[in-house]
Amino acid sequence: MKHLLSTQDLSARNALRLLDVAEEMAAVGEREIKKLPALRGRTVVNLFYEDSTRTRISFEAAAKRLSADVINFAVKGSSVSKGESLKDTAQTLEAMSADAVVIRHPASGAPARLAASGWIDAAVVNAGDGTHEHPTQALLDAFTLRRHWAGLGGMPSAGSTLAGMKVLIVGDVLHSRVARSNVWLLTTLGAEVLLAGPPTLLPVGIASWPCTVFYDLDDALAQRPDAVMMLRLQAERMNAAFFPSTREYSRRWGFDDGRLALLDTMGLDDTVIMHPGPMNRGLEISSAAADSPRSTVLAQVRNGVSVRMAALYLLLSGDPHDEHDDETDDPTALILEGRTL
Amino acid sequence: MTMPASESGITKRVVLAAADIDRALTRIAHEILEANKGSRDLVLLGIPRRGFPLAQRLAQKIASVDSSVDPDLITGQLDVTMYRDDLRRNPTRSPLATQLPPSGIDDKVVVLVDDVLYSGRTIRAALDALADLGRPRAVRLAVLVDRGHRELPIRADHVGKNLPTSSRERVRVHLAEIDLIGGSAVNEVVIEDRA
Repeated sequence: MKHLLSTQDLSARNALRLLDVAEEMAAVGEREIKKLPALRGRTVVNLFYEDSTRTRISFEAAAKRLSADVINFAVKGSSVSKGESLKDTAQTLEAMSADAVVIRHPASGAPARLAASGWIDAAVVNAGDGTHEHPTQALLDAFTLRRHWAGLGGMPSAGSTLAGMKVLIVGDVLHSRVARSNVWLLTTLGAEVLLAGPPTLLPVGIASWPCTVFYDLDDALAQRPDAVMMLRLQAERMNAAFFPSTREYSRRWGFDDGRLALLDTMGLDDTVIMHPGPMNRGLEISSAAADSPRSTVLAQVRNGVSVRMAALYLLLSGDPHDEHDDETDDPTALILEGRTL
Repeated sequence: MTMPASESGITKRVVLAAADIDRALTRIAHEILEANKGSRDLVLLGIPRRGFPLAQRLAQKIASVDSSVDPDLITGQLDVTMYRDDLRRNPTRSPLATQLPPSGIDDKVVVLVDDVLYSGRTIRAALDALADLGRPRAVRLAVLVDRGHRELPIRADHVGKNLPTSSRERVRVHLAEIDLIGGSAVNEVVIEDRA
């Protein structure tokens, strides 16, 4: 794995490996000394062309816990606002010998462009590009779901998959990179994905996605999902009239108190409610739902650091000249190499 | 004894059989108790993968001598992957779990347990990992095989067997808890040579 650009091309093996490494990283987060020396002397640049609080802080915490040096590059107040191109910014970062670039960009495909262009040698991590993908968010959602699912089955989460799990994603799928990344990743990990949203907020071509689509939230809930993921209504990307009023959206597509009570009456005691944040309370999710014991919102934030530590570690460790480092994941093969004993 | 080469050009030699390993571990268990003047504050931390089953076996043997010891409560696993100095020179390694005994390691006498002591770099990493987890009163090292060729000033306190080897050779430890060879669990130490 050289870059982490999307979950669509992530194999089940690599995804599970990343989640398993994240389990060990999570254990570090519970220690008194929450720091590992693995990336000492390496530089991670957070290159954010869009506003973000939790993703940037989460990447920063992850890099720092691995002892990497972190440079935060917010576009406001930088030369980008003077018109510097992505290429020139990238080459500046290269000249500063960045080992990894975590990029968020409003244009879909910007991270892939950066990775494929040859402008920089650094590993590129997609932290959200336009309406394309947000792979680390999907990985942290999968991590949260896997812990929940394995816990219900009484199994250790390391090594397990999401087989048999039914996950319902609700809301503004059209503008949501979180939804796209989750559809690919959760399916790869064996879960069944259901989507629900108003037809105006579902993308063209959704029929070819590996999921079932519902045009009524209550019909979708009747499928008895094991997890309901509410998407944020992305007002900043709404440049057309997608629905008559926020009040109507909230009533038809919001996870309100009535639907929270419905889960109880349906006997879905183990169904969790997820939200990638930031939440529009009272719009796509009610406060009662967001603060209920079913809500995994804070667990998702916590797990985000572990998952991003795993991603940075897997991208930045290993022999840079070894093209086959994904193939040798049997630890015995490595430990038995005489020189490493 | 020399066994027929399984691949062309590799000779295999069994240097410790199951009974030899068991005897060596029994002796090490007694040495640990003697050096510690009993089982007080003792914690055995195995280094993955094969150090952990060895630590479990040592704890069993200590418990069979000292009935006040619960082997599960003094055994743990210490992963050193993130502390290695060769992370950039080898294929990416996945870290394994670190599990400490419930009593922790502060003010304990920690015995690190590994299968083969070679360059000493794993033990260097283990000492760093330990420092992030707590402050033991003393740290000792027990290994099943010491094959020499140290690259760091590190010495084992308890050694099952000193094996003079050439650096061309490989020392492989097979333990029944982990290793299945031809469908059966094996306990043995083998030297392989690509002659």
